[in-house]
Amino acid sequence: MSRVKANIEVLPRSVQVLLAFGLVALVIFPFSATDFYIQSVTRMMILAIFAMSLDLLQGVTGLVSLGHAAFFGLAGYALAYLMPQNVAASLWLTLPLAVLAAALAALVIGFFVVRTHGIYFIMVTMAFAQMVFYLFFDNKALGSSDGLYINFKPSVVLWGWPMMDLDNKTTFYYFVLGALVLVYAFLRRLLWSPFGRALGGIRINEQRMRALGYTTFGYKLSAFTLAGALAGLAGFLWAAQTGYINPELMGFHMSAHAVMMVILGGMGNFAGAIVGAFSFEYVLEVFKDLPTLGSIDLGKHWQLWIGLFIVLVVIVAPRGLLGLTQSWRGRRKAGDE
Amino acid sequence: MEFLIQLLNGVQYGLLLFLLASGLTLIFGIMGVVNLAHGSFYMLGAYLGYALSTQFGSLTLAIIGGAILAVAFGWALEWLLFRHFYERDHLDQVLLTFGLIYIFEELRSILWGDDVHSMPIPDLLSASIPLTENLSYPVYRLFISGVCIALALALYLLIAKTRLGMKIRAGAFNRDMTEALGINIKLIHAVVFALGIGLAAVAGIIAAPIASVYPNMGSQVLIMCFVVVVIGGIGSVRGALISALLVGLVDTFGKVWLSSVSGMLVYALMAIVLLWKPEGLFKQ
Repeated sequence: MSRVKANIEVLPRSVQVLLAFGLVALVIFPFSATDFYIQSVTRMMILAIFAMSLDLLQGVTGLVSLGHAAFFGLAGYALAYLMPQNVAASLWLTLPLAVLAAALAALVIGFFVVRTHGIYFIMVTMAFAQMVFYLFFDNKALGSSDGLYINFKPSVVLWGWPMMDLDNKTTFYYFVLGALVLVYAFLRRLLWSPFGRALGGIRINEQRMRALGYTTFGYKLSAFTLAGALAGLAGFLWAAQTGYINPELMGFHMSAHAVMMVILGGMGNFAGAIVGAFSFEYVLEVFKDLPTLGSIDLGKHWQLWIGLFIVLVVIVAPRGLLGLTQSWRGRRKAGDE
Repeated sequence: MEFLIQLLNGVQYGLLLFLLASGLTLIFGIMGVVNLAHGSFYMLGAYLGYALSTQFGSLTLAIIGGAILAVAFGWALEWLLFRHFYERDHLDQVLLTFGLIYIFEELRSILWGDDVHSMPIPDLLSASIPLTENLSYPVYRLFISGVCIALALALYLLIAKTRLGMKIRAGAFNRDMTEALGINIKLIHAVVFALGIGLAAVAGIIAAPIASVYPNMGSQVLIMCFVVVVIGGIGSVRGALISALLVGLVDTFGKVWLSSVSGMLVYALMAIVLLWKPEGLFKQ
């Protein structure tokens, strides 16, 4: 068991090359695409940030959270409250406050949930996220089931100089791409820091870490809070892009999609989370756009296809797409599991 | 009198939750499987009950027919999918059952559409017992509680008093040793799984006349079941019973006395239990 869990953070050269090509592709993409596809890829990049934030828990620390979308949605709601009806609020104010709100919620919820293990952790994160969901869903003052509209994009002004116009879809695209690269670089650095090594240790054997004198509670709570903050960053970007936020974004399906993205790409190295987010979102859009065959509208039944797809992935590639390339190259010896 | 009505409602809701949570906790305790699709079986049961009762015009037939179909379905599903996941990581089980939620939800949509249906209460049970001049209590709710208590008793007798129950307990205690003693553990697993699915479906059928039948009705009930199981302690049927009643009462009285925060009250209860006993009240 522990051998499978070990060394998942090392990226093979082939994946590194793939990532570099991917980055180049993302940089030049807006030059050849229409607004529709630019927005679509922007959304994928935001979800990639969200998936990476979950990977810090799921892949690195070994904590499977089924309630991560709560923090994603909370930051979006924070932006909705901070944005006045008739004028654009500053990014320098709204972004830190939204991320802080998500981090604070993660700290409070984390205080309760990180004392549980395994299956309990899964159930309890899900239950707390549902609590947050109902808090917003049931209260008129919080937008209830209709959600809230955000009339403006945050303004980016530096000492009176308008740095960029986030209303421009291409500008927003590059802003999100920058965030994606920064978060990835930050998390990769974190992974190899003493803190990241300790989290990896907790994943592989928490008892041993405690015997070595690590207060694993503090480490897990820090990881949970940081993951919540980064999910908040993604949620902030999502709300800014769509200009609309509703409780569904904090719902159980959103959380489960994030888990799926991390699994689909391959856990524990953040690159997999990016690959997974892009692939899953792409597959989802393909299924929703399926043509009508005869009298059957295949796209209407997208839930059936995505359900079958998820079941198939779990059966065929439980270690994800990146794991698939590794076993394909014969790096894993038979009987490893 | 108002208090009595709320008390009966709370107990009835708690008993219904117990039917669902007992299956969930048994399936986890014995096979080690997290089943997110458990709420979907509740939903499928409700729709099945709706379809059968409109077809045959009898709730009794709907309950019996629905239970048989659900057990058969659970058996097939165990054989086809779940038995291959008992030894797998919880993460894989979570994703498998999440995928199943989508599949069941879409099958429901194809078979019965996306409309909300109401199911009539049979004439025999449609009366109300007058309590005071203007307060009365519907017999059907008492019927639900009665069915739940009967099934809970049957479940207790099955597990505590029969040979099969002894094998189930042995399998939960030590799987390999039980198998070494010549007991067909795979059969035991299939029985427990099918039984859990059957209980969830029956809960859906008997709840349908008061809760009506609607899409996604499974997900809310699933999370309530999780709360029940977390409070009670995973794998403990007794814990599930006590915590289900507790959750039912807290939720019902919360709606009356603290309506503004009633949605969160149950989760607050769970948080307190977690601080006090992180493994649940009756961890085995």
